[in-house]
Amino acid sequence: MLRVLFHRLLQGFVVLIVLFTITFFLCRALPGGPYVSEKEIPAHVKELMMKRDGYDQPVHKQYLMRLKNLLQGDAGLSTRLSGRPVNDVIAQSFPVSFQLGLISMFVALAVGVPSGVIASWKKNMDVDFIVMAVAMIGLCLPSFVVGPIVGELIGRKWQLLPAMGWDAFDPATWLLPMLVLGMVYAAYLARLTRTGMLDVLSQDFVRTALAKGVPMRRILIKHCLRGGLVPAAAYLGPAFAGIISGSLVIELVFQIPGLGRHFIKAIETNDVNVIMGIVLFYGGLVVLGNIISDFLILWLNPRARAQS
Amino acid sequence: MFHVNMMTLRGLWWIGLALLIGGCQRETQVQRANREKILLVGNSSEPKALDLQLVTSVVENKVLSSLFEGLVADHPTSDKEMVPGVAVKWEHNDDYTQWVFHLRQDAKWSDGEALTAHDFSFAYHRMLHPDFPSPYCEMLYFIKNAKEYKLGELKDFSEVGVKVIDDYTLELNMKEPVPYLPGVTRHYSWFPVPKHAVLSYGKMTDQFTPWTEVGKLVCNGPFVLKSWRLNDHIEVAKNPLYWDAAKVKLNGIRFLPVENAYTEARAFLAGQLHTTYKVPVDLIPYMQKNHPQYLKMEPYIGSQFLRTNINRPGLSDVRVRKALSLAIDGAELCKTILRGYEPATSFSPNLGDFRPEPVLGFDPEKARQLLAEAGYPGGEGFPRYSILISGGGSRSLPEAIQAMWKKHLNISVDIRSMDFASYIDTQNKLDYDISVAGWIGDYLDPTTFLLMWTKGNGNNNTGWHSEEYERLLGEAAHSADPAQRLRKFEQAEKLLMEERPILPFAWQTRNYLHHTSVKGWHPLLLDNHPWKEVYLEETE
Repeated sequence: MLRVLFHRLLQGFVVLIVLFTITFFLCRALPGGPYVSEKEIPAHVKELMMKRDGYDQPVHKQYLMRLKNLLQGDAGLSTRLSGRPVNDVIAQSFPVSFQLGLISMFVALAVGVPSGVIASWKKNMDVDFIVMAVAMIGLCLPSFVVGPIVGELIGRKWQLLPAMGWDAFDPATWLLPMLVLGMVYAAYLARLTRTGMLDVLSQDFVRTALAKGVPMRRILIKHCLRGGLVPAAAYLGPAFAGIISGSLVIELVFQIPGLGRHFIKAIETNDVNVIMGIVLFYGGLVVLGNIISDFLILWLNPRARAQS
Repeated sequence: MFHVNMMTLRGLWWIGLALLIGGCQRETQVQRANREKILLVGNSSEPKALDLQLVTSVVENKVLSSLFEGLVADHPTSDKEMVPGVAVKWEHNDDYTQWVFHLRQDAKWSDGEALTAHDFSFAYHRMLHPDFPSPYCEMLYFIKNAKEYKLGELKDFSEVGVKVIDDYTLELNMKEPVPYLPGVTRHYSWFPVPKHAVLSYGKMTDQFTPWTEVGKLVCNGPFVLKSWRLNDHIEVAKNPLYWDAAKVKLNGIRFLPVENAYTEARAFLAGQLHTTYKVPVDLIPYMQKNHPQYLKMEPYIGSQFLRTNINRPGLSDVRVRKALSLAIDGAELCKTILRGYEPATSFSPNLGDFRPEPVLGFDPEKARQLLAEAGYPGGEGFPRYSILISGGGSRSLPEAIQAMWKKHLNISVDIRSMDFASYIDTQNKLDYDISVAGWIGDYLDPTTFLLMWTKGNGNNNTGWHSEEYERLLGEAAHSADPAQRLRKFEQAEKLLMEERPILPFAWQTRNYLHHTSVKGWHPLLLDNHPWKEVYLEETE
């Protein structure tokens, strides 16, 4: 087990170095540069800025400098937010994205997994069709459509919940973004759970259990759920990394100070340090999420344990 | 079977109900803010910084004007009238090249230190220091030798026209007559900087030191920085040490960087904002019909136009540029797409006594004739050009222009959309044909609109320049008679429109939503509402 973990961590490290290199050169290919402004910045001032931010150095030096700083845990300064440390940008916005992601994931699991189980149990019956149809709609309706509609109705028209804003300690501000963000993942989880459960339900031991007279509820929960959740668990790792690293649309629609807006703004304004910082942070999360979900599968599936 | 526990169901029902009732009964954020005298302001996006010498945009201006005050302050109802800020009075010599500002002795920094002429001198020194990358340094180039010092051609700051006569007297020597200087000093690039605070964290030219952080920012305006959370809010609270603190009616202002205009409008209507930064054009008819009391459409000092790259064959011919310009129906655009905007009759809008001659208009007949004269009768043989737009901008405007040119001139153009950085970069490199652009003036003088069309100016980007134009601007600059000066500018404007490297079609309006409980807020061309005059009164 420890060997597997060590192996995975090493792989993850290599992935991050490759990610760093690719992002670095992609950033260089971005048009415009970080000092583009509606009103032209005087040439000599631009030169000073380039010198300050190390853009006057040859490419390989810039690459090594950034790599060295990053390995030391310093992601540099943002150019768009004049001199604010990237670490500070992430430290301020990640907790918001993390909290929103966590509660949305909770909603997704609480809604998605039971729906999938019920749909698989009532396969090809009305309940199955209804649950899967709702899940399909949930998948197909993008959050930039659902978000504003929900905000308009519940936030503005009925004024039941705030139309925008975020307060870590006020659950009223969580509800709308949580529902809109969680719904998409719930739909996905429902479909994956249904597929996984159907796979398990068609196996011999289920028939045996039924023949023995074990109640369906017990078969579903005790015998099938663990195996049936494998596809969902495999999806959960990267999905969790994705959901907690911020959603641009939800953040814009509900004015949430999360990571997603910084990321997109940084790309728009060529804010290389912020781009690199967030990409690597996100990359690290995905690597970690994958390792966790691998271990989760090992726990859920004894056969995989034997293979490893 | 799944047996849902009735207790659980009942529990859920009660939670839901409690949420609903709680939601319904809660007073809106605006009502609470009215009670607490906190103004809730939609401010578009996160300010780059609060170091007033490192920023350039309007969003920072909104916040900085609550924290700092310059020599001269904004008047609540008039753009032209100057009210004393840190300076109590000011005088100038006969040809407006020397200005002396007498500072008030009761002006203090928010940490209790006295605010003196040295802080202004320090601010201008820092802004113009050759090693300090201040993007707005050109705002100070009115000062004698300012540019030379910034470029490193002069080494000694004492040769720059900033002189501290004594603690409370500041003398400014200009490189040319600047009769409108007091108005210019209302811009934040002219505000003082707390010398003692900046130097306590490093050298004058050090950037990104902690002096602008919450708890450390020392300022001299009606408010002080209270809290700042990225992409969430900046809150300022009343400054008890401000010299005119008795007049400040608000207890604080909360600036919210709401980027999405629809989210902002929704939040406004849900009672979460007192005033918005903008309002989406397609919501204007809805607001006019349902909530006319909230909708504000006020003149603004801005112009919308098309840049042309005059190096392109066809566009190098002034007749072609005029034909394109005459075939744009500005009135129609303002009615359908740029709601509230005014059709432009020249590039610069009217600014006080500066009245540019109305030369622009819609005349498809003449446009066709000019195009034919230029060798493209009926649009035949006209190169297929594209209109460059920034990705964030609306497509309906270039599409309308595209349709007008097709209809009136029978020429086809494409639309080329780029992300903002590439859009700017492509224009700088003159790698475009025609582009949609806008310009907002920094102060109420024609120079803010006309200087950019000189040779080599970083905002020109048309390839056009004219010696005659620059001669007229030079004559205006050296003219000590304000009236004669403006006439020269009017001539320069006319020449610009004669040559038409740019095709203006609309003058901007500031459209936004504004709550009726906000008082002491009046339409202003520069949109700089002095925060100390604003107050809240529950109306509904």
